[in-house]
Amino acid sequence: MSDPKDFVAAIGSDSRKSPLRVAFVTRRTSPQVKAQDDGYVMTFPEAIFRAMVAVEALTLVLVAIALVWDAPLEELADPLQTPNPAKAPWYFLGLQELLHYFPPVVAGVLIPGLVVMALIAIPYFKINIEAEGLWNRNRTQRLRTVAAVVAVFAVFLVAFQVWAVLVPTLLVAGLMFYSAADRPTSTGFKRWLTSKPLSFWIMSWFLFQAAVLTLIGTFFRGPGWSFVMPWSGQI
Amino acid sequence: MASSLDAHLENLRESRVWRSIFRSGSGATNLHRALSVQQNVFLHLSSVKIRKRSLAFRVTWFLGTLSLGGLLILVVTGIPLMLYYHPSVPQAYADMKDLRFVVSAGVFLRNLHRWAAHAMVLLVFAHMFKVFYRGAYRPPREFNWVVGVILLILTLLLSYTGYLLPWDQLAFWAITVGSNLLSSVPVLGAKIRFLMLGGNTVNANALLRFYVLHCVILPLMAAIFVAIHFWRIRKDGGIYAGGADSGKGKRS
Repeated sequence: MSDPKDFVAAIGSDSRKSPLRVAFVTRRTSPQVKAQDDGYVMTFPEAIFRAMVAVEALTLVLVAIALVWDAPLEELADPLQTPNPAKAPWYFLGLQELLHYFPPVVAGVLIPGLVVMALIAIPYFKINIEAEGLWNRNRTQRLRTVAAVVAVFAVFLVAFQVWAVLVPTLLVAGLMFYSAADRPTSTGFKRWLTSKPLSFWIMSWFLFQAAVLTLIGTFFRGPGWSFVMPWSGQI
Repeated sequence: MASSLDAHLENLRESRVWRSIFRSGSGATNLHRALSVQQNVFLHLSSVKIRKRSLAFRVTWFLGTLSLGGLLILVVTGIPLMLYYHPSVPQAYADMKDLRFVVSAGVFLRNLHRWAAHAMVLLVFAHMFKVFYRGAYRPPREFNWVVGVILLILTLLLSYTGYLLPWDQLAFWAITVGSNLLSSVPVLGAKIRFLMLGGNTVNANALLRFYVLHCVILPLMAAIFVAIHFWRIRKDGGIYAGGADSGKGKRS
């Protein structure tokens, strides 16, 4: 151990680099490196500066909007005069649209309750953790199951005449079947779709569905919740 | 000029009073940069160092940061709005008119609060979907996902309770439609609705309840859960950067 030092100790002040950790490895015990460290930077200023810029940009955008457009203010509230249509805030209009098709206990309680429970449950299911491509294994069997579920659901939707759910559901199901018929030659978008797990399909269906219902409720519903065009002036 | 200003600032930072307030001191070394985070009650919710990859725009689109930004704008605009607002019928509506025609920049204040509220609901939803599609809910971050769901619900409740406060036709009937849904809850529906509104219809009691929920109870809950959310990011191994990172074994 009387060898002279073959390294120099120095203080680095580069904020983009984390301080080096030096390990002295004696001969014949060289460890195998499986993964390299990602590289860390200092939270201050690297992350905090970026966060501040992002928040400032948001503030600028919102200030510009607030200067140009006034927040809506209608007449004084009058319990005797019901506007037609009476609409909930936009983020609840998807539910209000469902209320048009289903009884309140389904649209107002069952569906939002199930959505919240499903969201909470996501990280606790192994299938969502492994996130294996849906069609990687048992393809034929899974195709049959998906087709059966979609068919039963579609019959139910037709029976209740819920076109606003039926059409998006069939579109997503169509994409699923399209992605199932994977050829080794397929590339790009299709390859990407094929690699997606079941949770991806369910969440994407939910996102698409929520967006469609909210848009219909916001822009296409007039007096008596009748279907109108956004430019008809009856919303 | 600049150098003398720097020197003065440096003297100020080294003064006894300054050092008594800011424990970390100043200096252009990584030690001081680390201390400025670790010794700050707000910043120490996050770790001193952060994975470089997780700072790239495509990783998060900064949606979580922007959601917090929306919340900050709402707090900053909401407190002055409280100074000009009485939660009573029909004074609440008259206050809206005053904000528009009497209070200096009152209309701007209300506009900014309203649009920031819509923006925050959108941003929180977007944040949730982004986290899902990146798979960032996976262990060990599963509980932080649940905290996120709670924050989403709190965001919706904050927005919903604020919706009634202007006490115009839009507010009144939106809350009537929403609260009617509650009464369809089996068995307890009517009771829950009565508890929420302080009566059988949307009236002055409902306005007062929504005001207290909007300005005190829900913001406090949001602050607590935001703190837990941020602290858990650090405890669960930092922002999920994708790839081989499992987050395990990186607990700071």
